[in-house]
Amino acid sequence: MAETITLTVSRYRPEQESEPTFQSYDVPYDEDWVILDALNYVKDQLDGSLTFRWSCRMGVCGSCGMMVNGTPKLTCAIPLSDYVSSGPIRIEPLQFFPVVRDLVVDMNGFLGKLSSVKPWIIRDDETPPTEGEYLQTPAELDVYKQFSMCINCMLCYSACPVVGLEPEFTGPAAIALAQRYNLDSRDQGAAERMAVLNEHEGMWGCTFVGECTEVCPKNVDPAAAIQLYKMASATDWFKSVLLPRGSK
Amino acid sequence: MSVQTGSPSGPPELYHRPMSFWWWLQKRAYFNFILRELTCVFVGVFAVITILQIRALSQGPDAYAEFINRLRTPGFILFNTVGLAALLFHAITWFKAVPTTMIVRFGGTRVPDQVIAGLHYVGWMVVSVVVAWILLLR
Repeated sequence: MAETITLTVSRYRPEQESEPTFQSYDVPYDEDWVILDALNYVKDQLDGSLTFRWSCRMGVCGSCGMMVNGTPKLTCAIPLSDYVSSGPIRIEPLQFFPVVRDLVVDMNGFLGKLSSVKPWIIRDDETPPTEGEYLQTPAELDVYKQFSMCINCMLCYSACPVVGLEPEFTGPAAIALAQRYNLDSRDQGAAERMAVLNEHEGMWGCTFVGECTEVCPKNVDPAAAIQLYKMASATDWFKSVLLPRGSK
Repeated sequence: MSVQTGSPSGPPELYHRPMSFWWWLQKRAYFNFILRELTCVFVGVFAVITILQIRALSQGPDAYAEFINRLRTPGFILFNTVGLAALLFHAITWFKAVPTTMIVRFGGTRVPDQVIAGLHYVGWMVVSVVVAWILLLR
């Protein structure tokens, strides 16, 4: 069994280089470690200047997403042992995002896209909290629960070539989040969100590569959310053509 | 301790990674996606050939016979062989994707993906048998 394992890590220090370079670190191999443990070893023992995001270490906060050997991964959820026999592990910041420093990417564009789809319950008839909650049955919860499991880790954006080719594309997580609220029995904002997403930069930018669903650590299936959205839009359009008076 | 940034007075200078023209060779899934999209050209060409065949049929027996003879040339046979393979790839990859686009609930539970995809294959077979039956009856 290997005693050490090599991490080849992308470094970008804007004050000293104009584009990223790679730096290698040998870290002890521990079969109980995940990739994030190895990065923290580098940070604590070898090079305190290495910069990366992390927080919960349990696949919930979505902070530690990085490219591991070219694939977007949550580094707190991937054992080192998965890579021990395949040579140095190449670690880079999530692709298709601007790099702030080393493994840290700029999230501002992503956060703007998330808020653009109005990810909150919209009501035509808002009732005061004193009148109680908007009730929902377990079956109604089940309809959207899958799409509510997103942790905003951005792996899906990093897997989607459309995001790289068309930076204005709203992207998988935001559209899945919109669908989560559309399918919520308490929500009445589907038409408002449709107005935002029924654009080329919205749902129609998706060419259905499907990799967003493949890399999602929470099985949200954003590709399904987007295709369902397209179906809903197409159905609305046909209704408006065939039943111009009765579609509303 | 001072924090250094790309420019002394502003926010850090972001690095925008360029996207390679060859991005679709980066992963098998990307390559399969491009292949799925490109094979739609063969679907379109087959449709055009069928329309031309119907036009030849409407022009009388001689025109139709001439059209069929042209289809029997080695070039067309080669094209049809490659085209059929591309068309099958296109159809099968879309059938694989269908369960993602159709979430059907029956009696409160979601119909399994295999059932959705399987029903599409059954539909394809039924249509193929009907078309073959019509052609063989001619």
